[in-house]
Amino acid sequence: MKPAPFEYLAPDSLEEAVSLAAQHGDHAKLLAGGQSLIPAMNFRVVQPAMLIDLNRVTELRYIRQSEGGALAIGSMTTQHELEIDGLVPDRVPLLSEALPHIAHPQIRNRGTLGGSLVHADPAAELPVIALACGARLKARSLEGERWIEIGDFFQGMFMTDLAPEEILVEVVLPPMPAGTGWSFMEASRRRGDYAMMGVAALLRLNGEGVCTSARLVYLNAGDGPVDARDASASLLGSKPTAATFEEAASIASQKEIDPFGNIHATVDFQRHLAHVLTRRALEQASGRAQRSKAN
Amino acid sequence: MQNELHTVRLTINGKQFERDVEPRTLLSDFLRHEIGLTGTHVGCEHGVCGACTILYDDQPVRSCLMLAVQASGHAITTVEGLAKDLKELHPLQQAFWESHGLQCGFCTPGFLMTLVAFLDTNPNPSENQIRAAISGNLCRCTGYQNIVKAVQLAAEQMRAGAA
Repeated sequence: MKPAPFEYLAPDSLEEAVSLAAQHGDHAKLLAGGQSLIPAMNFRVVQPAMLIDLNRVTELRYIRQSEGGALAIGSMTTQHELEIDGLVPDRVPLLSEALPHIAHPQIRNRGTLGGSLVHADPAAELPVIALACGARLKARSLEGERWIEIGDFFQGMFMTDLAPEEILVEVVLPPMPAGTGWSFMEASRRRGDYAMMGVAALLRLNGEGVCTSARLVYLNAGDGPVDARDASASLLGSKPTAATFEEAASIASQKEIDPFGNIHATVDFQRHLAHVLTRRALEQASGRAQRSKAN
Repeated sequence: MQNELHTVRLTINGKQFERDVEPRTLLSDFLRHEIGLTGTHVGCEHGVCGACTILYDDQPVRSCLMLAVQASGHAITTVEGLAKDLKELHPLQQAFWESHGLQCGFCTPGFLMTLVAFLDTNPNPSENQIRAAISGNLCRCTGYQNIVKAVQLAAEQMRAGAA
């Protein structure tokens, strides 16, 4: 239960980190919060020859307003920092609702937004939130900067589009348009456990109360965050009702998610949870959308 | 060169320490074996049990998920740093004792470090808030009831003490 030997480097600046990633990317892992990487190293399921620790690169920790009211978040910002910042619930309430579900407070004191996205655990909350919100990711390497659309980022279980010599430096979350309601829900055996199933729902209503856009994204439902396109499409063009929620929940849980089952939940139970959570999340998102219109 | 030693300079319970460590030495093992502070316990080494929780720059973190080398320049508080001296326990420790909030005591240091930080920002917590705060600490002995009572008692004493 102790890691295998490795070399350790702790750059003080992003420039230095980028240079090290270029030199060592093929045999080094970047260390962010370490809340997923270090357990894996303790179990020796991963044995990098070198760790490049990003925790001293303070220029990667920030939460700022960006153009058009978007939120630009440095990749090394911790989940706790996101929980206590005033801009987050205002701009991206879906993120605020999801954060307390991530593991435990002690984990969130070290775990980072960027680290969670790059680790790409299908059971994690942040990839689901990032996908649901339409995040844009900025990566740096010696070549320069590269913007990645979140839809292209997740490539499979624990796999992303990021190259070994690249560092994720920023996550941009667009502001929620007026009339949008949101909800994040998950079901776990004990508080803080990995969820058996979880969903992020976004619903936008126009002046007549008709749904003009919707998003349903699931965790622990496949080999990455699962965007249930057909289910969300089924909500468009009509006013949200219990019947439309039921329809969307059916489509998502029976046709669009592909959960694997695990020690805590069978595949059938995960589908059942997806169905129930979808309905509840859509009810909550719809209520919030209506209140948001009224304001 | 693998396993080249790194020098770590850090503050633990208010005292300065300097040691040479392998990069792979976990902070939990460093505290226990290098420094001799065995109050920090090791339960799972993958971040779920909470027995290894310490304060790192005043924040509760899992010392089994940190490397000693990362702690250079930082301040750590372990359970040994809670009591003012051997005669007077920290009010939280006193409350755990009086409420029978520990049996074997293995999980207790982790609970104490988590709760010290929690009570600092939540001096008057509800039962639900307490249970949420301790969700990251596992106890096999007590069933948690008396731990919750201990926190409620401690919160009351600490509010009274601060008044």
